[in-house]
Amino acid sequence: MARVFIFNIVRFLILIILQIAVFKNIGYYNIATLFPYILIILLLPTGIPNFFLFLLALLTGLTVDAFYDSIGVHAAACVALAWFRIFFHKITLDVEEQAFQTPSWGNMGFKWFSTYLLLGTLVHHLVLFLTEVFSFQNILHTLASIFFSSLFTVVVILLISLITYNRKSRLAN
Amino acid sequence: MKNLWLFLVRYNAFFWFVLFFVFSVFLVVQNNNYQRSAFVNSSNVIVGTFYENVNSWKEYLSLRDINQQLADENALLRKKLQNFLPTDSTASTDIHLTDSISEERYDFIVASVVNNSINQKSNFITIDKGTSDGIEPDMGVITSNGIVGTVLNVSQHFSTIKSLLHPDTKISVTLDSTTTAFGSLVWGSNTDSRYAMVRDIPNHVKVHIGAPVFTSGYSTKFPKGIKVGHIVQTDLASGESFKDIRVLLTTNFINLNHVYIVKDKMSTEKLELEQHNKDNG
Repeated sequence: MARVFIFNIVRFLILIILQIAVFKNIGYYNIATLFPYILIILLLPTGIPNFFLFLLALLTGLTVDAFYDSIGVHAAACVALAWFRIFFHKITLDVEEQAFQTPSWGNMGFKWFSTYLLLGTLVHHLVLFLTEVFSFQNILHTLASIFFSSLFTVVVILLISLITYNRKSRLAN
Repeated sequence: MKNLWLFLVRYNAFFWFVLFFVFSVFLVVQNNNYQRSAFVNSSNVIVGTFYENVNSWKEYLSLRDINQQLADENALLRKKLQNFLPTDSTASTDIHLTDSISEERYDFIVASVVNNSINQKSNFITIDKGTSDGIEPDMGVITSNGIVGTVLNVSQHFSTIKSLLHPDTKISVTLDSTTTAFGSLVWGSNTDSRYAMVRDIPNHVKVHIGAPVFTSGYSTKFPKGIKVGHIVQTDLASGESFKDIRVLLTTNFINLNHVYIVKDKMSTEKLELEQHNKDNG
């Protein structure tokens, strides 16, 4: 339990630093940008109280916002992602699976994890880009950015998960 | 009461979501200028459109009043004019604006085309005015809807013009009236008298098909802002950082009748000043 706690904090720090130092500078104009930091929220242990989940999501979003100078945009997207997470866990996991464990690739299997990741990324990016643009003008451009950015983010997150595959499954057990 | 509590607990995820999300969006609108203005604007659009619609109907109702007002105003102005005219009979009736730079800089000499060619590799035009009418070599020649070329040789009663349809003619042009991008207008490798090319437009400049092209006014030959043509093709690369643009000329070279020779009264001054740069550099 304590290890999970520490690992989540470490994951938070590493992903935030990577996001603001590395991923912020990668992208194809504003068509495809990547936000793998959402892994922080996706990989929070299952079964944590909803309020805490939302609070952590808000804090994560605000942290990223602080570095992107876009107060509230990432926070809104992360809160939406947290809601999706609760919904998705409720309909796909049994009660005992909702006990305290990290919903990672190693623990949940590729099929579950990839669906979770794909839908979560889409929800997050949809809210993110729509809040950022804040209008329905140029909707095609916005939708294109959402699509390509989601694709980009999903690929990068899968790569990160692949690299940390073994370690994570050992951690949760 | 208990049911309400159960309801809230059961759907607590949704209610937390709404709370947190509203808080985030509140932060966005509060802290971000763009979103704030967008918020204000969208509401303004609604209000504005509503008022516009109301007004378009209300206008009809007050047409009689407006007509009356206009008639009164006309009467008043006419009366004032009547008072004004007899006392000022010595002065000329039209008022001159004394903007010497734009008004007095250029003279235009009208000339008729007596010889013209468009099908050669180098095309020349002959006109029926020469040194006796004040024409000198290197003056610009325009027509009512575009540019023609520059004066090449002058005799007493005739001049030859190096047409735009000549490989050596180069005219400085801009892509819009705000003069953000410059290029040189040349005939290019064309054989068609209706089209020309603008060379050396920087790649970062956004070019729209159909946009007009104007003279830049950098040389003493042409005043600024004469429309040259419209862009028809933009994807012609000339180098790594420059691009070429194909332009449909507004000048109709096929039936050219009257042209205007541009006489820049300040050209000597400008050229002398610029000569100093060369001497010192």
